Formats: sequence, C-alpha cells, structure tokens
Amino acid sequence: MKTLHLLASITLALLPGAATAQNDQPPGPGPAVGTGPAPGQRLTVDITGGISNKMPIAIPVMPTPNAMQTPAGSTDTLGNQVSDIITNDLKNSGLFAPLSRDQLKPVGFPQVSAPDYGAWLPTGAQALVQGFVQANGDGTLTVGCYLYDVFAKSEMVRQGFVVKPSEWRRGAHKCADTVYSRLTGEGPYFDSQVIYVSETGPKKNRTKRLAIMDQDGANHRFITNGQSLVLTPRFAPSRQTVVFMSFENDQPRVYVYDVGSGRKRLVVDSRYTTFAPRFSPDGHYILFSMIVNGNCDVYRVAASGGTPVRLTTSPGIDTGGSYSPDGSKIVFESDRSGTQQLYVMNADGSGQRRISFGGGRYATPVWSPRGDLIAYTHLGGGFSVGVMGTDGSGAKDLTNGWQDEGPTWAPNGRVLMFFRTAKGSGKADLWSVDLTGVNERAIPTPLDGSDPAWGPLLP
Amino acid sequence: MNKTAMLLATAALIGLAGCAKKPPKQLPPAPPSETTTTTTTTPPVAENNGPTPGSRADFVAQAGSDTVHFATDSSDIDAEATSILTKQAAWLAKFPNVRVTIEGHCDERGTREYNLALGDRRANSAKNFLVNAGVNAARISVISYGKERPVATGSDEESWAQNRRAVSVVPQ
Repeated sequence: MKTLHLLASITLALLPGAATAQNDQPPGPGPAVGTGPAPGQRLTVDITGGISNKMPIAIPVMPTPNAMQTPAGSTDTLGNQVSDIITNDLKNSGLFAPLSRDQLKPVGFPQVSAPDYGAWLPTGAQALVQGFVQANGDGTLTVGCYLYDVFAKSEMVRQGFVVKPSEWRRGAHKCADTVYSRLTGEGPYFDSQVIYVSETGPKKNRTKRLAIMDQDGANHRFITNGQSLVLTPRFAPSRQTVVFMSFENDQPRVYVYDVGSGRKRLVVDSRYTTFAPRFSPDGHYILFSMIVNGNCDVYRVAASGGTPVRLTTSPGIDTGGSYSPDGSKIVFESDRSGTQQLYVMNADGSGQRRISFGGGRYATPVWSPRGDLIAYTHLGGGFSVGVMGTDGSGAKDLTNGWQDEGPTWAPNGRVLMFFRTAKGSGKADLWSVDLTGVNERAIPTPLDGSDPAWGPLLP
Repeated sequence: MNKTAMLLATAALIGLAGCAKKPPKQLPPAPPSETTTTTTTTPPVAENNGPTPGSRADFVAQAGSDTVHFATDSSDIDAEATSILTKQAAWLAKFPNVRVTIEGHCDERGTREYNLALGDRRANSAKNFLVNAGVNAARISVISYGKERPVATGSDEESWAQNRRAVSVVPQ
C-alpha cells in the first residue's frame, strides 16, 4: 500500500473572477445568529455557545469543468459526493447547520469563483462553500474549495487539493477542514482516521478485531481476523504503524504492527505481561505497562526496539501512560493512594505528583494534542468521560452514561471519541462529544466498537 | 536418564497407579499411542466411573472448586478462598508433575487496562498462597484476562461477584 499522502495543496488560480483570498486574517468576534457581521467584523462561528449558535451554511453540489471517468467514478458524481462529505463533516461537528438539499441551488462551473450572492442571501445561509472536481491529465484529481461570506459578498479563502483517485474523499475532508478552521478558529480534524476494536459475539466470549476507518466511518477495514483477543490499538504519529495488545499464544503482549505490510513484531521480547501501549508524539518511543512479579509499572522503550526503561516504581498498579504533545511530561493512572487516580510525571519518570482530587476514581488519562487539557474516565456512580486542566484544575465530566470510558482526542483537541457500554447486554459502541459537552453522537460502525484511538491529521 | 532416575520414575508411575484406589484386578488396556509427550503420564483408567486421578475433573472434585472469589477492587484471599486454595495445594502435592495456570479476572465495573493489572494481581495472590502452602512456584503460571472473559453475564452485584475470580486451570 502506498503511503497515504496528500499530493499537493495548491492555491487556486484556475478560475477567473474572485479576488485573492485573505487566508491569514484571524477571525474577529462573530455576529449574532440571524444577522450579518457588523462593518469591519469578519464572519465567524461562535464556538463557546455550541449547539445554540450553529451557523447556517450552503454547500451546493460541486460541478466539474469536464465530466470525465476516473477510477473513483465520474467527476460530476464525485462533485455530488464531495459536497455530501463536507456537509456531513460540518454538520457532525455540531457547529454548523447546512442547508437541506431542497434549499440548495445548482451551481455552474463559471459561478464557482463568481457566486450568485443574491440567490443565496434569502436562504439564510451566512457562509457558502463552492468548489469543483476536476480530472487532471496525470490521473490525479483536483478538488477546488472556495469559502464565501454571503452577507459581505466576499471570498474568505480558496484552496485546491490534488489527490490520487483512491484518496478522493480526503480532498473533501481537506475542504471541510479549510472551511471549519477559517470559520471557527479551531484546528482541522476531518482528514483523519480512527483505529478501534470491532466487537461481536456473546458477552462471555467476545470476538474482537482491530479495524481502521476514516473519522466519518468510510473506508472501514479489519486488520486482524479475530482469532486472538486484541485490545487498545493506537496509531503512531506517522500512521504507518500501530501498537496494540494481543493475547495470541495465551501470552498478553504488546505488538507493533505495520499497516502497509501487515507485519508485526513484539514491542518487548519479554516473558512478562505487557499491555497499555502508546507512542510518544515524535514516534521515537513507546510507553507501555509491564507486570514483573506481580507489580505493574509504566515503562518506555525505543520504538525501534531495545531495553525498556522503567519510569514508575510504586508497588501499586501504575498504568496507562500518555505523553504531553511536547513530549516533556506523561500523565498516567495509579492506585498507589488506595484508589485509581491521575498522576503527572516528567518524561524521565521524575517529579511524580497526583492531579486528580475530585472524589471517586479517575482512569484512562489522555493528554490533549493541544496540550491544554487531560481527558479521563471518571468512575463515580457511573462512568463518565471528562476533561481537566493539566494540573488537575477544573475537572468537568462531559458525559453521563452508565459506562462511558476510554476517551481519545481528535487531532485539534476539540472533540473526544469514547466507547459506551450498555448495562446488561454489555454491548459497546463508539460515541463522540464536543469539548463543551454538547453534540454527543453515536459513531456508526459495522459491528460493535470499543477502545477507539483517533489518529493524527493526515498531511 | 540415569538408572536411579529411571527407577524413581518407574516407582512414581506405580505410586500414581496405586494412589487413590486399589490396583485394578486386571491390567488396563494399553492407552492409544499419543503424539504429544508430556512429563505427566497418561493416568490409568479407573475401574469405577469417578474422575481420573490427576485430571482436571479430579482436581475440581477433590479441591471442591477451581475458583476463588474476591471483593471489589481487592485481591485479598478471604476465609472461603483460603479453604479452597488449601485443598488445591494438597491436590497439587499429590500430583507433583501437574502444571497449573491461574487466570485472574475482574468484573465489568472497571476500566480496561487497570482491570488487566488487577486480574493479574488476583492471580498472583492465589499463586502466592499456593507457593506458601508448598507448591513449587515453577509449576504455576499466571495470566490475567481483565474483564474480557466473564462467567456471569448480568450487570448486577451477583454477576459481578462471580466474575471477580481466580481460576486454577490444570490440564484435562
């Protein structure tokens, strides 16, 4: 399998008409819903209010300058599908209200860079996304992406994405990310993948397989066959490799798996149980837990192999390490105080200090890719997913299920995915929630799902 | 193997045959040839219908149970577990060639990774008891399944109590 690589992100100069977009202006304070921006203000989405301030946005079907067959389908069909993908990405973020199909008007190719603002204004849309899909002579596709401020009648940003036909959906996600980032000021996250454990079978004897999918559920594929119990997969920053834990040969061990070749190897060739693996942000190290003579501790080993370095030494259970994005610190869970709580230490194991004091138990910590927050599972009456500052301050549970656990961060540090287990049946499903606690939604998967890990943004 | 060891091994064989009951009135039929080689001998077929001495069924029958249970978040061996593990140790002393794997398990009311560690703690707790009761540690291996393999499927206290367990598994 070829490396997953966006071929190029290009400035669009292909169409006549609109003035060059001003990409770099930071968004100012946003308008109230239903009104246009005040003079001098730029169009932005109010992200603190979440659901109550969804921005109405028009994403009409993208035309093609020249309908041509490609390995991904005909370019005019692709234009339809691209606008659907963008619509779903933005709608599922909880911050946008895309116009329904019957409100959308067809857009001809010349209009893509010269929008008919007068036609869009009465729909209530505040922002307009137009674009095109074009087959290039060398077999690649270009997805053109233009964002317009309907009230100000101006272009906000334009970008073109050159993709291989096998990766055409990424062009749509890149466009959605461009629109999202420009309007919210947040980092992008739509062009990313999720790895998780696909589950099926009776509660006493679940069959578990590792699976990878795009964050919107597309391109789903299994990467193990279910013969061995597998748990907790995580991507390397490169996304070409994955770490996970497997019970094959009745030996619970952590493995590194190459997605392209399908080959795997032991992370540590040890006679002891190893589990709970995670890559460092630079991909150089793998954190994992190892139980030696009944004592579970957090260790670090070079991703290329070698002698593990022990980072914790308490006689309690120390497990579940997660690096800060700058690689200088690690958050982990320990029951050294008597119950599961969260601790932060320096990457060399020094300076271990407890950060969770909120009552109940805290587990499964993951450091946000933005560096500002730590997400966790809070075990009280039920299990909730929540976030706290990196010093433990401001702990806030975001969900309230019977058993919600195992959060993972989207690449922009704005959205969390986790899994929710049903009482009784024990069936698990993937869910996501916004950082503000709103927009809790089920992630559709072919079978049941648990242990999700969100991969990094694709370049 | 030297002559002394050979004699000892033969004596052990005879010892095993006579262990729990009188020797059979006639020689049992030769066991079918097996491709696996193990240090344990194929136990002689018993005359009555009880479990074969040294078998898993025999272990469970003699020890009373292959399973001990634990309180929430705990790996402490309570009075009932003490009684069961004591009998397990006695059986293991009678069949010194039998290896045992202790599986540690948790209920579903815990997080995935912590439960792997807690299950291991429980299995080690049972192992340590057996070792202190005279079982050679080299015979005992330990594996944790965390919350992945419950025996009771309800989401209630009774099911959870059944799932918090350490199971001593000997070969069939």
